[in-house]
Amino acid sequence: MTHDSTPGRSLFEYAPAPESRAVVDLKPSYGLFIGGEFVEPTDGTTFKTVSPATEEVLAEVSAAGPSDVDLAVAAARRAYDRVWGPMPGRERAKYLYRIARIVQERARELAVLESLDNGKPIRESRDVDIPLVAAYFFSYAGWADKLEHAGFGSNPRPLGVAGQVIPWNFPLLMLAWKIAPALAAGNTVVLKPAETTPLTALLFAEICQQADLPPGVVNIITGAGETGRALVEHPGVDKIAFTGSTEVGKQIARSVAGSGKKVTLELGGKAANIVLDDAPIDQAVEGIVNGIFFNQGHVCCAGSRLLVQESIYDTLLDSLKRRLGTLRIGDPLDKNTDIGAINSAEQLERIRTLSEVGEAEGAARWSPPCDLPDRGFWFPPTLFTGVSQAHRIAREEIFGPVLSVLTFRTPAEAVDKANNSPYGLSAGVWTEKGSRILWMAARLRAGVVWANTFNRFDPTSPFGGYKESGYGREGGRHGLEAYLDV
Amino acid sequence: MSEPTRPRRRIPASDRIDVRKTYKLFIGGGFPRSESGRSYEVTDARGRFLANAALASRKDARDAVVAARKAFADWSGATAYNRGQVLYRVAELMEGRRSQFVDEVAAGEGITRPRAETAVDAAVDRWIWYAGWADKIAQVVGSTNPVAGPYFDFSLPEPTGVVAVLAPQRSSLLGLVSVLAPVIVSGNTVIITASAERPLPAITLSEVLATSDLPGGVVNVLTGRVAETAPWLASHMDVNAIDLTGAAGDAEHARQLEVAAADNLKRVLRAPDTEPDWTLPPGTKRLTSHLELKTVWHPIGV
Repeated sequence: MTHDSTPGRSLFEYAPAPESRAVVDLKPSYGLFIGGEFVEPTDGTTFKTVSPATEEVLAEVSAAGPSDVDLAVAAARRAYDRVWGPMPGRERAKYLYRIARIVQERARELAVLESLDNGKPIRESRDVDIPLVAAYFFSYAGWADKLEHAGFGSNPRPLGVAGQVIPWNFPLLMLAWKIAPALAAGNTVVLKPAETTPLTALLFAEICQQADLPPGVVNIITGAGETGRALVEHPGVDKIAFTGSTEVGKQIARSVAGSGKKVTLELGGKAANIVLDDAPIDQAVEGIVNGIFFNQGHVCCAGSRLLVQESIYDTLLDSLKRRLGTLRIGDPLDKNTDIGAINSAEQLERIRTLSEVGEAEGAARWSPPCDLPDRGFWFPPTLFTGVSQAHRIAREEIFGPVLSVLTFRTPAEAVDKANNSPYGLSAGVWTEKGSRILWMAARLRAGVVWANTFNRFDPTSPFGGYKESGYGREGGRHGLEAYLDV
Repeated sequence: MSEPTRPRRRIPASDRIDVRKTYKLFIGGGFPRSESGRSYEVTDARGRFLANAALASRKDARDAVVAARKAFADWSGATAYNRGQVLYRVAELMEGRRSQFVDEVAAGEGITRPRAETAVDAAVDRWIWYAGWADKIAQVVGSTNPVAGPYFDFSLPEPTGVVAVLAPQRSSLLGLVSVLAPVIVSGNTVIITASAERPLPAITLSEVLATSDLPGGVVNVLTGRVAETAPWLASHMDVNAIDLTGAAGDAEHARQLEVAAADNLKRVLRAPDTEPDWTLPPGTKRLTSHLELKTVWHPIGV
């Protein structure tokens, strides 16, 4: 082993520590999960889902056509009318607890499959995604028989059939955020996972069978944007829940106008992560790294705009660059991996394009030295300095491991810059001074403010955006409102 | 109402010639004429001339949004106790103008004086009801969240921002107050389009607000054709939410406004099929519809 004294290079190399794939039993092809059974699409087609780390084809999946969407909505309606709607909350609760338990029992299998299909490091799918999935089901299970105490009246009613469309960045976790409160409130669901990450949702369908969940309560239809559109616009759907881009969120808001469908949207963000001059630098650096490089930056609430007080700029940047040099990029199934693969060729192209725009507009680009695998979709952790508020990399959501660094002189200027965005999903504040935290937290127009931490999630903690980051909240008591007729 | 018609002769109650009024808009705490220079005749329920009102234009709507945005920081930053007292003061001042409101409601809505008195009293009481909510709503809808980790985590409601409100077309005072008070009590600022055919109670309320402690720009009142100004408010990129109650009964108009509102993902309070019965207890829906929930995390013990 050669000693490499380059700043930012780690002293020690790590031997590979891969998690075994053997725990996952992949089928060559999957149908649609409608009415409690896997069925072949009636008017749909098929597509392949690949591992973004290797471009290996993992399985063939069905793309639901309009008739399939009809069948799924009809199955959900039947289940709502005959079984799930009339069922007492205490019985619904027990199904949700069962699901939570099975998720815990099959956690390793789910984590490996999630990392395979999504490209995220196994450390994250194992320690964050899947434990949170179980926690959301467990937490909402307990609401199912307590709805009259939730603050929405003495007998809040469910809405009926919920159509849910989720993204590829936290495939199973977003499924849990959608299905757990919907079912607890007494609705039935038709859920469409993202085109590039359908596999854990299909495994979840098996878990529903394993839990003996009544047929039709949960229906999973795979497909691309057209399938999602058919579901959103279906007249038999009473409620739409969507997580994804602001652009698609606006299309949905337009398409449901006049329909009376209840809608919740959890959309894009361009969060400011603000570091004040009295911040604990080492903690802040960890928070910045977690804020933008967690899940390859494929996070709607990622801290993608770093706002640093001028007086500590040099110190902080040196520390940050040193820390980035220690990040390990590569095989998502390796337990030492910090940064996995970009989810798709399409997303990689978007990250590359915006990064090129950043350079063309005059910002300085920096990445630590790192070797990227030959196959698959990869992008190194990247910093842009000298970024102004007018630059596209300071305004647009990149959804990748790219951090734009800006500076400020006073806390008031930091707040102005942070709020200078059509988005308003999240924000971060780093300072040792409590009164400053509360002062800033009150002024940041964002749905979640992380102070001296970042990217924390919990089933009891409401999450959702201001402004063009969408409307409605997911999590906690507040998350029930989206699925109740109130 | 759109084009001036010859006023019908009104039989004077005495020999004195009455002073006919031409009202203006209420924007940023002042009373400007419509930028368009236009006005229209307001008649009572039987078609008799009551007054001239300003016919607001697209430019007026935009000016009102600017005024509302300018007022937002201070009003949303005021203490809940202060906002509650300001709303209570509005009720006090309305009480002093009771007979004028009764006259206007009776004439505009074509109802008897006793019924108009009931409506005015209910409107005053509604201000008081909402005034009391100022320092309570955060406790009712906020929370501390028992997260599974060493963090203090709390959620609290904040005002959505600048809100456009289409006031009811029929209930010219009670309906107006019922949609206005719940929006401003939490710290939002408002552009409200008055009932097109029955705008006088809204105009008189503007005069009440102007002499109350409500900061200028918190409430901006547009009179005229709702169909002319509402699309500009619905599509305005600096308006955060829109209440379509005033479009009740016109599903297509409401749908178009909801489509326009999607341009910047405004929060939309949809139009009901028919105008609600404003005498019923209001509940908290109109309060909570114009709030955003903010969640704050901080580590414990680090």
